[in-house]
Amino acid sequence: MKKTVLLGALTVAGLAATAASAATLDDVRARGKLNCGVSTGLPGFSNPDANGNWQGFDVDFCRALAGAVFGDGSAVEFVPLTTQTRFTALSSGEIDVLARNTTWTYSRDTDLKLDFIGVNYYDGQGFMVPKSLGVSSAKDLDGATVCIQTGTTTELNLADFFRANNISYEPVPIETNAEAQQQYLAGACDVYTTDASGLAATRATFEAPADHVLLPEIISKEPLGPAVRHGDNEWADIARWTLNALISAEELGVTSANVAELAAAPTTNPEVNRLLGTEGELGAMMGLDAKWAVNAIAAGGNYGEIFERNIGENTPIGLARGLNAQWTEGGLIYSAPVR
Amino acid sequence: MTTLTEQPEKGFRLSQLIYDTRYRSLTIQVVATILLVSIIYWLIANTIANLAALGKEFDFGFLSSRAGYDINQTLIEYDNSMSHGRAALVGIANTLLVAFLGCIMATIIGVIVGVLRLSKNWVVARLMAVYVEGFRNVPLLLWIILIFALMTESTPQPRDFREGGSASMILWDSVAITNRGIFVPSPVFHSGATLFGIITLLGIVAAYVYRKKSLQKQLLTGEPPVSLWIVMVSLVAGLAAVFVLQGFLLPGEQSFNPAITLNSPELGGFNFTGGLQLRNSLIALWFALSLYTGAFIAEIVRAGILSVSKGQTEAAFALGLRPNRTMNLVILPQALRVIIPPLISQFLNLTKNSSLAIAVGYMDVRATLGGITINQTGRELEGMLLLGSFYLLISLLISSGMNFYNNSVKLKER
Repeated sequence: MKKTVLLGALTVAGLAATAASAATLDDVRARGKLNCGVSTGLPGFSNPDANGNWQGFDVDFCRALAGAVFGDGSAVEFVPLTTQTRFTALSSGEIDVLARNTTWTYSRDTDLKLDFIGVNYYDGQGFMVPKSLGVSSAKDLDGATVCIQTGTTTELNLADFFRANNISYEPVPIETNAEAQQQYLAGACDVYTTDASGLAATRATFEAPADHVLLPEIISKEPLGPAVRHGDNEWADIARWTLNALISAEELGVTSANVAELAAAPTTNPEVNRLLGTEGELGAMMGLDAKWAVNAIAAGGNYGEIFERNIGENTPIGLARGLNAQWTEGGLIYSAPVR
Repeated sequence: MTTLTEQPEKGFRLSQLIYDTRYRSLTIQVVATILLVSIIYWLIANTIANLAALGKEFDFGFLSSRAGYDINQTLIEYDNSMSHGRAALVGIANTLLVAFLGCIMATIIGVIVGVLRLSKNWVVARLMAVYVEGFRNVPLLLWIILIFALMTESTPQPRDFREGGSASMILWDSVAITNRGIFVPSPVFHSGATLFGIITLLGIVAAYVYRKKSLQKQLLTGEPPVSLWIVMVSLVAGLAAVFVLQGFLLPGEQSFNPAITLNSPELGGFNFTGGLQLRNSLIALWFALSLYTGAFIAEIVRAGILSVSKGQTEAAFALGLRPNRTMNLVILPQALRVIIPPLISQFLNLTKNSSLAIAVGYMDVRATLGGITINQTGRELEGMLLLGSFYLLISLLISSGMNFYNNSVKLKER
């Protein structure tokens, strides 16, 4: 009898422990900081600077999310993850949100039980080769040795592309962007392939960036976005609307410089008022403070500011807005209405 | 008021479970079993509950779905349209290859270094000590990465081998050492290859039998046996003669027509084509594993040799045996009995350590099944269980094989 009681008690304890992990927002609040999964180092997207502070496009999303939850954009713990460890880290609860230039795909959304909360960068897979090779098209790469990061969609696209064009290649699997860069520069592989933005970011750190060219072919669609665990809709909503708030802020002209002023008193624009919490109860609907969006924007600026500061044309990485311009400017970046 | 006098209790009291030595051990065992079972039950229940919370089910079906990724070194046929299960098999083959090569080389290194460390030559003995301590006391991963980095950074790229380039092939243009690997000629088998293979086997068997007979004759008559060198040289010479003459042996062909030719690597396009490519990842992993485990084996060999009493050496010297024959005929056979059991665990260590392969991009089973497949399918639990059972199985196989060998060399006590 005693044994049964003991086992029963243990089972209840086990189930209780698992049930508690369902409400991510409560866990994050109790912990006092957000655990955000980022890359092990990709300049412009997530990379520690000389002082060890994480900087980048994906990093700023996490800071905005921490701003929305805590009102403090610095309440983030960054967890560097390789392409192979990122999904396990998210599903095991080690991180609350994955902002690691990760492609939104069907099987990741369904089979891997992730929830992508939107797209923050529309990308595609490209190839980088040394100029001295004299290659002008990816279709000339028959027999080439190609460096790829393992456990990525690019690995699968690469196999498909070479198969479709009936040419052969030798894959060199690599774990991190830094290793890939070292192998590529040593000439251990002829080609480095990853998302075009990642190639541009990597090339910007080379000693002689002009000696390397990006081939014209973009062989895939790579919509990159932050992801959360499947099954916690409240937390997914918070992450999704933080991203939407950053995008809407750019569209409405709310920047980190004028957000405090605009939030001080209701303006003439009701859309701005709803976003900044001077009208309506939008924050409470998600269980957040009324100033959630103000804090998110104050943490690092609106979507456009984050883009320009980290990867825009005035940075060494020098990416044009292109597809990632606001829909009003001919791009694909579009937020659902905040109302 | 009832009486206060204590009645001696005859029945069983609960405190006896702890204080009575007749029951105490039983109590401890029962409690320990209950605790153990509860922990296991809790772990399993927790896993099931967490999987259910994530909406995942326990399913090995992913093994038959399309893998979609490519693997550079494939010992068995594979392309990206085959299944994840097949990719895992390719990884297993690669693991077994590097473990097999590593065990052989580690043993050779270990035996040589272990013997040399006992050398009377001060410089040799100290050099071996430096090697052993250096490799034993630095993590294996660092050695793997160091050797790989050396090979990548210090060797030329294939494009340097072009006309007017800075690098050239060695050994009559048959071997190219590049930063992607070493390209060596590969054998091509023609129609007569089977026949030649049979002749070779027969030759080896004949040489073995001949040598054995002459050794037996030595035991009976004391006549010195035919030297091993003479047997081997005549075997090689005989086979070479057959190889050259084989064109003339077959009817209808009256010219030199070798059954086996070599396919030399040639620079074509981006890489060398033809021949056999020993990838840098394989070489780095193989060398690092061998050198690292070899250092441990050297210590085991040294301990084994030291365990044979000095009187044995002195007796052998008194009989007039030279030092190397003393070592081969007297010391090592006795030392083996001490060496083999710890050697087994070194082989197991080497095999399991080969799972560090992904650090240099060697596609072993940890990199295919335990890496890319898990990542693409999200089946962490299933993949890790499979991986664990594979290493368990292979370790048990190696240790049972080595135990079999140990039983054949150990001291027979009658």
